[in-house]
Amino acid sequence: MLTRTDPAPDRVIPSDRFGSFGGRYVPETLIAALDQLEEAYAEIRDDQEFDAEFRSLLRDFVGRATPLYRARRLEAAVDAAAPVYFKREDLNHTGAHKINNTIGQALLARKMGKKRIIAETGAGQHGVATATACALFDMECVVYMGAEDVERQALNVFRMQLLGAEIRPVTSGTQTLKDATNEAIRDWVTNVDHTHYIIGSVVGPSPFPRMVRDFQSVIGHETREQILEAEGRLPAAVVACVGGGSNAMGIFHSFVQDKDVRLVGIEAAGEGLASGRHSASLTAGTPGILHGALSYLLQDGDGQVAPAHSVSAGLDYPGVGPEHSWLKDDGRAEYVAVGDTEALEAFHRCSELEGIIPALETAHAVAYLLGEGRSEMDRGPVVLCMSGRGDKDVAHVARIEGRGSIL
Amino acid sequence: MTVSSQSSTTPADAASPSRIADALRSRMDRGQSALIPYICAGYPDRDRSLAMMHAAADAGADVLELGIPFSDPLADGPTIQRATFEALKLGMTVQGALGILEEFRTTRDTPVVLFTYLNPVHHFGMDRFVAAAASAGADGLLLTDLPAGADPELEGAAARGGLDLIRLLAPTTALERVSRVGEGGGGFIYYISRTGVTGARTELRQELAREIEALREKISIPIAVGFGISTPEQAALVGGLADGVVVGSALLDAVDEGGVEGAGAFLKSLREAMDG
Repeated sequence: MLTRTDPAPDRVIPSDRFGSFGGRYVPETLIAALDQLEEAYAEIRDDQEFDAEFRSLLRDFVGRATPLYRARRLEAAVDAAAPVYFKREDLNHTGAHKINNTIGQALLARKMGKKRIIAETGAGQHGVATATACALFDMECVVYMGAEDVERQALNVFRMQLLGAEIRPVTSGTQTLKDATNEAIRDWVTNVDHTHYIIGSVVGPSPFPRMVRDFQSVIGHETREQILEAEGRLPAAVVACVGGGSNAMGIFHSFVQDKDVRLVGIEAAGEGLASGRHSASLTAGTPGILHGALSYLLQDGDGQVAPAHSVSAGLDYPGVGPEHSWLKDDGRAEYVAVGDTEALEAFHRCSELEGIIPALETAHAVAYLLGEGRSEMDRGPVVLCMSGRGDKDVAHVARIEGRGSIL
Repeated sequence: MTVSSQSSTTPADAASPSRIADALRSRMDRGQSALIPYICAGYPDRDRSLAMMHAAADAGADVLELGIPFSDPLADGPTIQRATFEALKLGMTVQGALGILEEFRTTRDTPVVLFTYLNPVHHFGMDRFVAAAASAGADGLLLTDLPAGADPELEGAAARGGLDLIRLLAPTTALERVSRVGEGGGGFIYYISRTGVTGARTELRQELAREIEALREKISIPIAVGFGISTPEQAALVGGLADGVVVGSALLDAVDEGGVEGAGAFLKSLREAMDG
């Protein structure tokens, strides 16, 4: 009694981690819920019935498969040596890739008998996708959103309300996605018995990063088939924007084993890496623990999480999914950062060149191909994940560009 | 940085009994329950948080929890969130919190548990942190987001530093997990009296007595209960069931209202109710 011993290793699940990243750094109260989720998720992975229902909803409700579209005018504009394709996640119901995950997790919540759903949202896309899934499955839905984002994304706030969700503005901390996530976790800790937390990206404690990636991997599966059909070969590079990193993980996952396919993640450099006002966790952060996982993190010298900044609310997050941290350290994927100005310019150019208004998040990836990443096409065809459409951003952009309030 | 052993001023090592457990047992031997207040380093400011530690010890606190503020306290409710936010704004740091403890230790021997989240400690370096904490006079360490088994390497490093690793148990913890958590913990088990974040509450759950009894069958170290205890009546009630009573948010409310003096008086009222 009372002698101190090293703690006995608990059930250590190897797949809790990506290399040394990931894990389950959560308050004790959540351990049981994560165990339950882990178990339920393991069951549905081999469940044909679940898979069939998921797929049929993705087809009939979400509108999948999404097209792989060749962006010829953009090719011409940058004098591309090889074709550039957009994987059109913007054409999904609700306007972004987020719904792939929320349909999957809502199905899983129903299987676990949980009738109340909570979610965090930054740009509002994940909130809308969660509210949509909850309407579909007749579930109670509460969405936490930073008060600053509630301002920036008024349109999505109203959409969520139309869908029957309750929006709770979060006024603590930096009043953005990070704090909305804190608040969602606090709610989950309190109501864990009957509530499932639909986390919106490949972040959080295990099994979330793996589970969200798997639900999003439909993007990569389709892309792989489509590019093989269009080009008879795999792409030379796959490019996607990275906030938490779910659209990027979803499209990367199918190509990780193909060493010749370059995987390029685009982070938000905000006002520039030197300014300190950015969201480039992988490019400029160091490993740390936030929201239940060890991953690259923006933090100060005392281990306090540093506020992130980006013109795009969806990238405005100081952390990143642990699998991205692993892919970075492993050298399998490469991460570069693109600033607010370049992203805004790409927002316009993509709209004018291709008739596609990209989400500001996605505009970062477009900006890379128009600028620094222009040479990606020298090695062969490139696929860009057009993760979302920009309708939600038009009022924000108009305001930034001094055209006044249009909403 | 590797630390081979704790400094000579460390109050406990792996072979010696825990000062924290001793403090609880000395109350238990008298048929009483220990009072364990939470104080946020740097709130309302640096000097007053140190004064709070003294006031708490004077009021009959048996063990102190000294919180090292973290920017994202996701297990805490609005009261502690606000206190940590204020403390950080005033410039409180990990090193600063250890400095407060060091100063307290020059005159007082009340056992102290450092209470924080993993990231500031991880960033400081676990080995380096536990060595610095021990030499500042800490007796225990509670990391809210490092549950048992989450990271054997970090947990091992924490335990090797000579501090009691205080473990949390929740009403949701599976029974088969309880013994494992208990075995790895030192000092006392901190039982969370309800699911949720920290914060003063008016009602306590009915099932508490039964739950604590169930825990006693699996756990040999003292059991303290916290989360939501805000009145002398509640402290007396919980003190009658558990070996220790943790009070946090209500104490911060008391200091907001009545300053350090008011906080001391509040703790005295809890102590009296518990002993009455």
